[in-house]
This record gives sequence, C-alpha cells and structure tokens, in this order.
Amino acid sequence: MINDRYHNRCSIVLRGIVIAVASLLVLRLFYLQVIDSSKVDKADRNALYRQTIYPSRGLIYDRNGNLLVFNQSVYDVMLTFKEMGQDFDTLGFCKVMRITRQDFENRLNEISDRNRNRGFSKLTPQVFMSLLSKEDVSVLQESLFSFPGVAIRERTVRDYTYQAAAHVLGNVGEVNQNDLDRDPYYARGDYSGRDGIERCYEKILRGTKGVEVLMRDAHGRIQGSYHDGELDRQPQSGTDIQLTLDIRVQMLAEQLLQGKKGSAVAIEPKTGEILALVSSPAWDPKQLVGRPRSKNYNVLLNDKHKPLLNRAIQAQYPPGSTFKLIQSLVGLQAGVLNEHTMYPCSGKESTPIKCTHHHGSPVDLESAIEQSCNPYYWQAFRDILQAGGSSNRQLHRNYDKWRERVLSFGFGSAFDTDIRNQYKGSIPDSKMYDRIYGKSGWKAITIRSLSIGQGEILVTPLQLANEAACIANGGYFVTPHLARLGKAELDSAGVPQNQNEKHYALVDACHFDVVKRGMARVMTNGTGRHYAVPELNMCGKTGTVQNPHGRDHAIFIGFAPLEDPKIAVAVVVENAGFGATWAAPVATMMMEQYLTDTVARTDLYNRISTTQLIN
Amino acid sequence: MLNQRNSIWSGIDWITVGMFLALCIIGWVNIYAAGYSFEHESSIVSWSNRAGKQFVWIITALLMGLIIILIDEHTYQILGYWFYGIMILILLATPVLAHDIKGSLSWISLGPVSIQPAEFAKCFTAIAVAKYMGRYGYEVKGWKDLVVPFLLIGVPMFIIMVLQDETGSALVFGAFLFVFYRQGMTGKFLLFGAIAVLVGVLVLKLQIIPDNWIDMVLQPHQRSRIEVLLGIKDDPRGAGYNVAQSLIAIGSGRFFGKGFLQGTQTKLNFVPEQDTDFIFCTIGEEWGFFGSAFVVLLYMAFILRLITLAERQRDMFSQVYAYAVACIFLVHLTINVGMVLGIMPVIGIPLPFFSYGGSSLWGFTLLLFILIRLDASRINKML
Repeated sequence: MINDRYHNRCSIVLRGIVIAVASLLVLRLFYLQVIDSSKVDKADRNALYRQTIYPSRGLIYDRNGNLLVFNQSVYDVMLTFKEMGQDFDTLGFCKVMRITRQDFENRLNEISDRNRNRGFSKLTPQVFMSLLSKEDVSVLQESLFSFPGVAIRERTVRDYTYQAAAHVLGNVGEVNQNDLDRDPYYARGDYSGRDGIERCYEKILRGTKGVEVLMRDAHGRIQGSYHDGELDRQPQSGTDIQLTLDIRVQMLAEQLLQGKKGSAVAIEPKTGEILALVSSPAWDPKQLVGRPRSKNYNVLLNDKHKPLLNRAIQAQYPPGSTFKLIQSLVGLQAGVLNEHTMYPCSGKESTPIKCTHHHGSPVDLESAIEQSCNPYYWQAFRDILQAGGSSNRQLHRNYDKWRERVLSFGFGSAFDTDIRNQYKGSIPDSKMYDRIYGKSGWKAITIRSLSIGQGEILVTPLQLANEAACIANGGYFVTPHLARLGKAELDSAGVPQNQNEKHYALVDACHFDVVKRGMARVMTNGTGRHYAVPELNMCGKTGTVQNPHGRDHAIFIGFAPLEDPKIAVAVVVENAGFGATWAAPVATMMMEQYLTDTVARTDLYNRISTTQLIN
Repeated sequence: MLNQRNSIWSGIDWITVGMFLALCIIGWVNIYAAGYSFEHESSIVSWSNRAGKQFVWIITALLMGLIIILIDEHTYQILGYWFYGIMILILLATPVLAHDIKGSLSWISLGPVSIQPAEFAKCFTAIAVAKYMGRYGYEVKGWKDLVVPFLLIGVPMFIIMVLQDETGSALVFGAFLFVFYRQGMTGKFLLFGAIAVLVGVLVLKLQIIPDNWIDMVLQPHQRSRIEVLLGIKDDPRGAGYNVAQSLIAIGSGRFFGKGFLQGTQTKLNFVPEQDTDFIFCTIGEEWGFFGSAFVVLLYMAFILRLITLAERQRDMFSQVYAYAVACIFLVHLTINVGMVLGIMPVIGIPLPFFSYGGSSLWGFTLLLFILIRLDASRINKML
C-alpha cells in the first residue's frame, strides 16, 4: 500500500535528481580540470616565487695580472613590518645602526609611503638602509636575533684597486627600459655594464643568472623551496678578463695629465695592444658605485670640462706637424720625394706658409722632419698634387690617391674593436672641396693647410697613436684593442675583431727608415731633444695645433726604441701651447716607465703633474 | 534474545556502513593534506593538527554509531517529540550562551570542545517529521495535512536563520520539501520552489527591486556573495576571492592531480576555510579530476543507496526518516560542492564526513546510524 505506483514514480524522480546533481558536478569538474587549462598558470603565479640568484661578475686584470676591478659585498638592511611587532626594540636598533630615533621614524615613513615606494607591503621585506659595508652591519649581524623582522641581504657591487682608467673600465649601473626591451636576460632592477669594458664585454662579464623556485603563501611569506629545489638552477660566474693595459703606465699618464685637458694613448706596435688609454680630466671609478652614484654622475655630467667625454677616442683635432710624417711617407711612395730631396726655406719670410723654426736652407727630408719645416711640406704637398701635370683632372686624381694612402694608416674611420663610441675623424675627399670651391675652383694652394696637418683634417688621439705604431712597425698596424681574449669569448661578447691581422699601409716598407731616422733626430737635435732619454733611442714628432677657440693644442707622437719598437705613444694636451713643452714630456715619461719600469726624471714628473692648465 | 540480537547485526546494511567509513577516511586524509605544512611536518595522528583531532572525532563517532545500534529502535518514534522539544529549547538558548564565531551565534562551549547545536537539529527535526507523518492513517491529501510538518521544519529554520544568523544551516531544512514530495505533496510545490529561486535571481540580476527591500531580507555579505556568483559584481579580492582561489586550486589539479601533499594553493593558504567548507579544493588539487569525480560519484552511490534503504522500509516512520536523511545529504553535497565549483553562492555548510569538525561529524553520524538501526530491524516489523 505504501509502494503504490504513484510513490514509485516519486522515488524515480528523486533518484533522477540525485543522478542529475552528481552529473552536473562531474561535468563542472571536467570543465574546470580537463578542458580549461588557464588555472595552472594562475596557481603558479599565486604560489611560486622565482628568486634570482645573481652570479658574480667577471674580474678585470691588467696585462701584468694586477687586479683592477673586483666585486665587493655590500649589505642591505631589510625590515618586515608585520614581523617587527609592538615591542620592537627601536632604541636598541637605532644604537646598533648608529642612527637617531628621528632618522628611524623618517625612514619608516618614507618606506611606507606608497607614492614613493610602490611595492610596499607590511608582509614582505623592505629596504631600510642599503649598500652598507661589512663593518656597518657587523654589530647588527651579531644581535640580529633580538630584532624580529630585521634581515640582512647581501649584494655585490664593483670595487677598484686603482683610482685609474675610469673611462676604459666603464661602470655598472641599473638597467633602463632600453636594456629591458633589447635583451630578455634583464629584469627590472638588474645591473649591467655602462661604457667601456664593462659595456663592451657585458655579455661575458655578467655570467648567467641562477634561479631558486620558492613557495610563497597567500600573505607573500616565503615557505621554503618548491619540489626540493628540483627546478632550481645555479648561477654561473662571469668570465674574468685580462686587459692589455699596463696599469702603471696608465696611472702615470693620468697623474701627468692632472689639471689639464687632454689624452694619452700608448700601444704595443707589434700586437696592437693598448697599454694606456687616458682621457683627462677623469674621475675615481669608485665615485660611480653604490649610493652616491647618481649624484656623482650628475656632477660629472654638468662639469664644464666635460670629464665624461673620452677624449682619447672622442676628441678630434687637426694633427698639426705630426702629420708631416704621413706627408713624408706618402710623398716617398708617390715618387715625389726621396731621402735626398731638398726644398728651400726662407724661415718666417716663406710663402705661402712661413717656417716657425730657425734652420739652414735648403733642407733634406730628415732635416725637414727634425726641424718640422713648414715650407718643405708645402712644397712637397704641392708637388704630390701636381705630379704628372697641373690639369684639374690630374689634381683630382693625385688628391684621391693621396687621400687613399693617408686613410690606409687608420685615419678617417673608427677601428673595428672593443672600444665603443669612437669618433671617426675626417680626411676630406675631393668631392668636399668640389662642393666648397666648385669642381675647378681649387688647387694645391687652396688646400695648402693640409700640408702641415691643419685645415679640414681631423684625427683622434687613438688614431695618432696607431699612426705612431704603424710607423714603428715599418708599414703595418694591428687593430688597437683593450682585452686579451680568445676567439670564442670575443664571439660571445659580440666583438668583431681579428687580433692577429696586420693592416698594411699603402706605403712600401722601404720608405719608413728615413722617416724613422728623422724622428730619431727630433729627439736628439730637434723639437723633442729636451725630453729624450738617450739610452732608450726614442723617436718622436711634436705638433702644435692652431686652435681658433683659444691657446694651441700640444701634440706629440713617438715610439721607442728605434731598432725594436716596444711602445708607441700619442699625447694631446689641449690649450697648452707648444707640443714640445707639454705633450713631449708626458709621452717620453710614459715610454720611460714602460721600458725601464720607473721614471728617473722626478723633477720633470713633479713639474708636469702639478701644473694646472684648467681651473 | 540471542536470536533477535543476531538478527540486528545481520540486518545492518554493511554497504552503507562501508561507504560511510570510506567517506570518513578519505575526508580525514584530505584534512591532513589541507593542514599539512611544507615547513613543519607533523603526523596524521598528532593532536597538534586538525587531522589528529578529526581522528578522535571519527573514533568517537564510531562509538556513537555502535551505541545507536544497541539502543532499541522504538526509542526514536516514542520519544520523537520530546527530543524535538528539547532541541528547540537548546537552539533558543544557543545565541545567549554562544560566543561569536565568524558572524554567527551558533556555537556553545562544552569544556574543551565547541558544539554547534544546529548540526544536531536536522536529525531531531527529521525524527519529529517522521513521527508526525508516520501516524496511523496519515496521508497527504491536501495542503492542510502539511501544515504541521511545515511548522516542524519552520521553527528550527527560523531560529537558526534569524536568531543564530546561520543562513546556510537553515537552508538545509529545504531538504524536507523532497520528503514531503515523496509522501504525496504535489510536485507543484517543488516547481514553485524552483520558480521562486529563479525569480529571486532575476530580481537581483535586473535590480528591479529597491536596494533597501533586499537589504531587509539578505545580509550585506550574503547579498554580495550571490551577486558575485551571478556575475553582477566582479570582486576577486572580496567575496569573489574565496571562489576564485577555490577554482584556481581545483583547476590546477588537472586530470590526475598534483599528488598527495603536493597541493600548493591549499597548503599556502590561498584557499580559505580549506579544511572545513572548502575541503573539496584539496581533493581537486591533489587528486585531480580522477579523484574529485570519484568522490562525487561515491556520494551519489551513497545517497542512491539511502533511497534504496528508504524504499524498502515497511513502516511510514522509517521511510519518512530515511528519505529525510537521503535528502539532507543531497542538499549538503549540492550546496557545498556547488559553492566550491562556483555554481552556487558561498553558503557556509560542511561537506558531510569530509569537513573538519566534531559537531558536524557527530550530527551526520547520528542521522545516518539511526537510519541504519531502523533498517536493521525492518525484518522484525514484518512479524
């Protein structure tokens, strides 16, 4: 009587409802867990925290193995507000940190101001004080247990053994938006090389970041490693780099150029290895590390003497009389000159270019170099351009040939090497004069300034040093470079360079001896004689560059010793006057330092290094 | 005596008991997983964690089941109204004695343990309703026959909802509608209930009723929960947070789950209430579709078995009671798992035998074992 047909139907309906509900739930589960795959990602974003482990950056040494750049641990003191609690020992903490209670309160307000500190959370560690030294945190380290919520985080920054080579080394700074867009390796807050070696070899110096996959709970607290560190990756340290610099020569040059604007470059001729690359004024590389970095950077940026400009590669000057060496070589190659070719000189009465020195007349090539005779080179240049006739076509042909030979010494373009942001300098082509004067509107006399290295020619100090190296080698140069690295490392750094390839000048080797002899006579009888160290057989050439904006620039290029050159140097001192007076002593002392490991001429050293030419 | 005793033990439906034990053990293991910490491992039977306490609740629940089996089956029918009356008094006293837990006044302390009387109210209401509808000659012929049953469920519902502010527990009494339907109430009532829910949804969705009217019926947090579910409000950090995190936990389990104790979302506290109302998340995350579908199907089999038990009862009292039990489990399953899966509003009621807590486990055990006891002696009723 209970189980009649009606009631049977009801029980079937109820069973149907149960099955329908269960099916609905299972279908929903199937959708959530099998079809919709978006939740896995969300879960990982919730619970996994990928902590980057930073590799230590590669060290930098000089050619003799002296450590130049290394990593220094610095410490950040971190506070987690939530863990500090009500009875936090503020006074004790201030005492340990050697700050006042007011400092403490101010800093706390600063941290918790979300306008200034966007990532603020009471639950996660916040930087309270950053970039402290080991000594600063040692007391805190010992009493850390009595300050809940306080932690010390270690980081590394660059440190420097010598107060030198700031331009060469570059520095390390926080990545900007540009870096982040260009290279997915970087994350916000990472550091990367800025300028110099740090920038050029960033890819091998930085190493490879490691990662630690941690779990974090709903409040952002770290809860240990995920899957026992299965997904973790150890960081790989950066590659150490040995530079070609000789830090003692570098430092000597920097000291000598103190208080002056200018630059000095020294190259080992046979290898193209740069021994010194100095730009003055410079700064102590430590100034661009840590807390004071941005402040100091702004000071440098606004300095009227433009210390951030790397004059060794970015300043461009007419080469002045040092260019007479190139004129001699091109003249010899063109067949216009030989070592006995004589030209007359009427001293100050000479036209169209007067001579600035007193010497006999006529002079041969060696004497012309020794005496830096302007009329000689004007006449030689004129003859180069008028060889084979004085027609306009012949002039163009001769000029283009002349220019081609000049360029072959490394002028007019940047070296394909590990030095970034080089300026190219300029050796004007005939088209440029066509534009200025019209196709038939110029002759040798029009561009006579070129004969003595003035006028439209521009070269950089690095190119001048390379010129000296090329002459020292008797006709070739190896691309100047700063780092001694293997092919594989250069490739991974992205530096296109062949460190063994010789670039031959378009002047035969046989023509170099007479020029070298002339340069040797500069140092024995000529403009450089006061600063020569006789036993080192120095060769050189001084130059004084007319400067329409102020006092002339002093230039010197040279190499030593004559028989087997080990060092080639170029020095430019801006607004200093005669090349012989200011540039020659710097260059010869650099050579002396490199070849004898000391500078015996202490009086000269003291006089030059203490002279202030800028204020 | 001996004969009768034997017949009771042999009359017990061991299939139901087995499923009960399976649900309890699966629940217990998942409570351990939900409370498991990656940093401080602790044993599943340690008193310091909730799994250890749940173990104690399970053992005591089994003892309770044993005692119920030994008690004479007529006790409930005879004392049904007394039980009901005492229960109403306790429910009335509860808000006065209660300490506030999460916005409801439904817990009272008895020494070291807290008891939620509402969890036992379902059982005694079922007994009273069964007693009334099991009277000799009672039949549902018209609405007048249902006045008393509706009052019997309405009074505890009202007390729990209004005085104790525990809407979820009160809604479970809706399960009795299915019982009335089974006993002859016209299906229009069920249809009417469904339509009422639909209208309520439309009202909130289309916002055709002034806000202050709605506020008279629903608490702000209840309203916002329903609105989030209906997609009116998007609020992943507020009321929607629980459900959003629950869906992430379950969805990230994929087909086979992350493995026992490997769930990150539950263990790292992204899912709230993870060992009570949201215990199903742990199953979903660690055991995947495989495990969670299994649990749902196990529940389905369990409830269908209870309906089978109900259908084979020879007396009205037992049958009404059995249907009440089956429907109460059905409502709990639907609301709890539906909430966790984001297809029901967030209504805080436990998943029977799974959610951590002594009151709910004892309440459901009491409910179930009285049925098992009644069923065990159904043979005697024939005599």
